[in-house]
Amino acid sequence: MATPATLAIMAVRYGVADGALPAEYHEPVALGGGVTATFLPAGHVLGSAQILLEHAGERIIVTGDYKRSPDPTCQPFAVTPCDLFITEATFGLPVFRHPPIGEEIARLLAACSANPERCILVGAYALGKAQRVIAELRNAGWHDPIYLHGAMETMCRLYEELGVPLGDLRPAAGVPKADLAGAIVICPPSALNDRWSRRLPDPVTAMASGWMRVRQRVRQRGVELPLVISDHADWDELTATIADVNPAETWITHGREEALLRWCEIHQRRARALALTGYEDEDD
Amino acid sequence: MKTFAELLDRLLLTPSRNGKLMLIAAYLRETLDPDRGWALAALTGAVDFPAIKASTVRSLMADRVDPVLWTLSRDFVGDTAETASLLWPEPEPAPAGPPPTLSEVVTSLSQVTRAGASQVLAGLLDRLDTPGRYALIKFATGALRIGVSARLAKVAFAQAFNVTVDDVGEYWHGQSPPYLPLFAWANGTAPPPRTDLLPLFRPFMLAHPLEDEAIDLGDYVAEWKWDGIRVQLVHVGGETRVYSRGGDEISSSFPEIAAALPFPAVLDGELLVRGSHQGGETGGAASFNALQQRLGRKTVSKAMLAEAPAFVRLYDLLIDGGEDLREHPWTERRIRLEALIPRLDAERFDLSETIAAKDMEALAEIRAGARDAAIEGIMLKHRQSPYVAGRRAGLWYKWKREPLLIDCVLMYAQRGSGKRSSFYSDFTFGCWNGDPDAGAELLPVGKAYFGFTDEELRFLDRHVRQHTVAKYGPVRETDRSLVFEVAFDSVHLSKRHKSGLAMRFPRIHRIRHDKPAHEANRLEALRALVT
Repeated sequence: MATPATLAIMAVRYGVADGALPAEYHEPVALGGGVTATFLPAGHVLGSAQILLEHAGERIIVTGDYKRSPDPTCQPFAVTPCDLFITEATFGLPVFRHPPIGEEIARLLAACSANPERCILVGAYALGKAQRVIAELRNAGWHDPIYLHGAMETMCRLYEELGVPLGDLRPAAGVPKADLAGAIVICPPSALNDRWSRRLPDPVTAMASGWMRVRQRVRQRGVELPLVISDHADWDELTATIADVNPAETWITHGREEALLRWCEIHQRRARALALTGYEDEDD
Repeated sequence: MKTFAELLDRLLLTPSRNGKLMLIAAYLRETLDPDRGWALAALTGAVDFPAIKASTVRSLMADRVDPVLWTLSRDFVGDTAETASLLWPEPEPAPAGPPPTLSEVVTSLSQVTRAGASQVLAGLLDRLDTPGRYALIKFATGALRIGVSARLAKVAFAQAFNVTVDDVGEYWHGQSPPYLPLFAWANGTAPPPRTDLLPLFRPFMLAHPLEDEAIDLGDYVAEWKWDGIRVQLVHVGGETRVYSRGGDEISSSFPEIAAALPFPAVLDGELLVRGSHQGGETGGAASFNALQQRLGRKTVSKAMLAEAPAFVRLYDLLIDGGEDLREHPWTERRIRLEALIPRLDAERFDLSETIAAKDMEALAEIRAGARDAAIEGIMLKHRQSPYVAGRRAGLWYKWKREPLLIDCVLMYAQRGSGKRSSFYSDFTFGCWNGDPDAGAELLPVGKAYFGFTDEELRFLDRHVRQHTVAKYGPVRETDRSLVFEVAFDSVHLSKRHKSGLAMRFPRIHRIRHDKPAHEANRLEALRALVT
């Protein structure tokens, strides 16, 4: 069971799954045993959802990945009251504060005009991050073609089919080096320092990720232009969300649980860390 | 402060040496005095505000941020200055007026007392943005750690003004920040600063490690590489100073040495403590451990002077009276040095003897026997070599003895700092205190944070994350399944460690994927190597 947009994304990524049930936002579905599930927008990427589980008047929300800052490619996070709130904590440390995305896009465009001989190569996660960066570039008035790594193309096309306009997108493959001078190229983070990027004219290596807030992380990735852009809630959003939802109890998982747990303790909120193993990877 | 902050950030994100040189050179050319001099001082580690300590920053943050959140953040970020810059609460309302300049920062911080330091620093932090706060804290605490060495800064200075690096090194040492005479000389608006009237440090001549080079002992002379600390003795105008390898003055730690050089000269030698470990000739030297007791002391007690008397084994003579010998070949300097020895107190000075060997094969045999003598290895010096600062190809080589090796088991790991801030890269390892199949335990014998490649580091980081059995704050205990071959220079008895042993200069030599943990070495194997 997933939102129609998520099912469409899954079909493109993994092939069509048998017996998949579409669940529209805000429409309760009976699961049997008196339990209903309602999918609510999470604001993370297109189709992302929180799941509200209800049973005999008790309400549990599992957020999945979410953010609160505006995103032209998906519906905003729906604040919904509940008894138990199970939240992600990818950026659950007070050092993580994502600046308004407009500031980061302005820095990207400034780097572009300061380096007319080079191209700006932006590493961005292929699902969600890439499309958000493109949509925000369009909002900022950048209407030139944006060039894509092959791994980006299908997902961008799907976003457009699902009603998210992304403007003039072209494959980077096969474009003569000289034509890419002054252009913006988007690739998955793994391709940033890959052989693939050798076809580009002396690229300025940029990376759009919440981890770019920390200098040494920027350095480790060999990034020249760090862009602090994330599809996960930052510290302020995480703490504000707990306050807004105001649950009787919060469970914290998927990230830096300890700091958020401490925040709950300081603010006299009942909370515990839900330690799931195998979720220590820091992709964003 | 803004341009300095930008310089720091760009240096940090520029991995290539040439890129760094260009950034620093451009900054030095384009920035005005005295700010550029202060920046240069910061890059070369010459900035010191006694009232500002790392603890000043920590206590400043303790008043503003919950201690648990601070510790978790600091552990993740891996750098106190950066953590503080990110967590500093923005003042409300926003401060009026421009951010402080570097010289304004210097003026306020150098006048401040320990008690007033926090308030002044807080006032400056309030006027800066995040990168500015990072730069300010780095500047004020004097620990930049951005991958720029003093040497690199000097090369950049030379490039910026089209002067030679040797001249920069020479004139540098008489100067203090913000180096106005140095910039005036480099700009061509003033003669070079005079260096002959002051007891100044002259940059050391260093050696390349010997790898595959063919050495003809007709061209090169062999000498022991003694296991002490390299020192330079400078006597000018009735005053003697003792300098360490990095150019720090250590005269007060070794007053008996400073008092024993009665005439004008600049000498290069190895500082040692009397004992029986090293060498058989006139009065042996103690192991490095004995010398360590004397390092880093501001004052030395009489008992300490009697118990661990220091002396210098002389390698070279740079300046004899008023005559600068550095351009002369080694053979000539050696003759002048030998002529000087009778005028020196034999208690405090002796000559580093040359080693007679007919060829490299014979020398290799002598070197193999050097283990017992607790000698670091052999130096090979070209007989025609002038005394030049730094490492010069073909002139001097160091031929270290082979390291000792032992198989240990990984026990604990901690995240590193700097460019390894997210990686588990500090490893504590142990040996068995008996038969592991009969219930013996692992006892820690050492800690190492280098020796592995970047690829091995990624493997080790993953291994630690997947094999953690317990966490103690930032420290992870692993399941003790991974064996390292650890290389080290020597091992000594130590009361500080539960195993009773302390390794010198341990590094991860190899990861023994093939070896099960119970086959790692026992303590007795390590104990047998104690010198």
